[in-house]
Amino acid sequence: MNITVASEKTMTSETHPIITISNLNKWYGKFHALKDINLDVNKTEKIVICGPSGSGKSTLIRCINRLEVHQEGSIIVDGTELTDDVKQINEIRSDVGMVFQHFNLFPHLTVLENCTLAPIWVRKKPKIEADELAMELLKKVRIPEQSQKYPGQLSGGQQQRVAIARALCMQPRVMLFDEPTSALDPEMIKEVLETMIELADSGMTMLVVTHEMGFANKVADRVIFMDEGQIVEQNNPENFFSNPKSERTKLFLSQILNH
Amino acid sequence: MAKQIETFVRLPDRNPPSSTIGFISWLRQNLFSSVTNTLTTILFCYLFYLYIPPFIEWAIINANISGSDRSVCDANKAGACWTFIKVRLDQILFGLYFASNPEQTWRPILALSIFTIILIPLVMENIPFKKWLLLFMLFIYPLIFIVLVYGGFFGIPVSNTTQWGGFLLTFALAFVGIVLALPLGILLALGRRSEMAIIKALSVTYIEFWRGTPLITILFMASVMLPLFFPSGVEFDKVVRAMIGITLFQSAYTAEAVRGGLQAIDRGQTEASMALGMGYWRRNVLVVLPQALKISIPSIVNTFIALFKDTSLVSIIGLLDLLNMSQTASRSLDWNGYDIEGYLFAGFIFWIFCYGMSSYSQKLERKLDTDRRAE
Repeated sequence: MNITVASEKTMTSETHPIITISNLNKWYGKFHALKDINLDVNKTEKIVICGPSGSGKSTLIRCINRLEVHQEGSIIVDGTELTDDVKQINEIRSDVGMVFQHFNLFPHLTVLENCTLAPIWVRKKPKIEADELAMELLKKVRIPEQSQKYPGQLSGGQQQRVAIARALCMQPRVMLFDEPTSALDPEMIKEVLETMIELADSGMTMLVVTHEMGFANKVADRVIFMDEGQIVEQNNPENFFSNPKSERTKLFLSQILNH
Repeated sequence: MAKQIETFVRLPDRNPPSSTIGFISWLRQNLFSSVTNTLTTILFCYLFYLYIPPFIEWAIINANISGSDRSVCDANKAGACWTFIKVRLDQILFGLYFASNPEQTWRPILALSIFTIILIPLVMENIPFKKWLLLFMLFIYPLIFIVLVYGGFFGIPVSNTTQWGGFLLTFALAFVGIVLALPLGILLALGRRSEMAIIKALSVTYIEFWRGTPLITILFMASVMLPLFFPSGVEFDKVVRAMIGITLFQSAYTAEAVRGGLQAIDRGQTEASMALGMGYWRRNVLVVLPQALKISIPSIVNTFIALFKDTSLVSIIGLLDLLNMSQTASRSLDWNGYDIEGYLFAGFIFWIFCYGMSSYSQKLERKLDTDRRAE
């Protein structure tokens, strides 16, 4: 598969990081959810973030497109710092695709309309162009024949693939995945993971929060383990799985790999 | 050990026992299931027997409809006097101006016919161009109504609003109340859920103020107090004042109905549209509101039904709606004493419209149910 939407800019630029997170701190009320996070994401890099629930991994990637507001530190996405400036936030969001655990497709719109809504209204694409791009991407996720159906008529796996296509229709530079397979039945996890692997092969920059260690092993350039709002350990998959440095990581891995 | 393989035998379908189906068992289950139920059933049958046949006799069998003055009715007191309604129909439906200018009654008739013609496809399913019909109804139709009913254009004589009345006034007040209160109510509902503290506080204050004030008080204030706020030269039309009062009142109720719908929409919908780079208005107009309004239609229609009936309260500021116009007509010298017919007729018209709205909302509710089941 060759998804060209990982636009030319991505391919031609040098290796400066596309996302720079420095000294990030976030609180929910008094609860300190993220503590001193530092993370650089390079272009075309695939990062898998794992960790127990409540470790702050979802919060971290939701900070990157400001679905969560951080209180300290800075996040710079593609040269633009995230501030309260609504216009800047929307620009960054339109360049950063996101796939949610519960798909969050728009139930009142058809699959095709789900995919073309933002390109038409945010990117100001003519409808014909948006339709063409959407159909092309629906073909890539292998459900072009469902384009006139409503999300409620599709299986969970199909819905999640539509959600991936919808995000790709904005031709994002980065894709964030927030536990994309956690709400799926086992037999549907595979089809979604396959789609994500193909996307990774096409050169997309990806941050994936997941417990699918097989996927991490196969695709990730870097695996990050988080606990208690901190990055405990990060490494390439080979070293991460075979030779974890911290006790906490070892415990976590033994728990999820043995079950 | 020998393995025993059990074969599955499919039992044939049987009908349910005959004592549980059919008309007789329905009667037994619903009307005569216990001593109390049986007694209640008998009591109600007796009451129906006591009151329904005499009413039908009075209202239909012995009723008067011929003639054009009260002599027919006075001669036959055993029947209802529909002659009164027939003779005063223009007055009760269209008010004093059109009653005294019968050659002009084509204007309200045409205006209401156009309304009906647009409304029918709007409430039916699977009709194309619904969006355009709706826009026509909301923006073009009011102009048509003004040109036709108020007049003053194209040589159509002006019908002064002081002489508006009857069903036409009820219709105009309800239409304006509904059409203006809906957008205002949507904005207020969004405002109440806004993250901006000041907008939220303003919306909450507005909604709670108007919801906590009786409509009759608002109409009274609109009539007596509003002029105090304007320089003495500015003369506000009474009907316009009533429309403003009703709209402000109704928008608070509509806002609460819409808010109910907004609350039912999953937060994920907003997040997904945020993640696609959509701003506040696009998120709400394209994603959240279409879903929220669909859910809240039944409760919105409920508030509309209440409003339609509440328009009668404009009598407090001297406007004669359908109900009050019927009353006025039955108290005229010509027809004094036939107020029961007047009230019945007005009640019947109110019922037709409210029942229509209610059936429409029930139909939508059922449709919503099946939609949800399909999901």
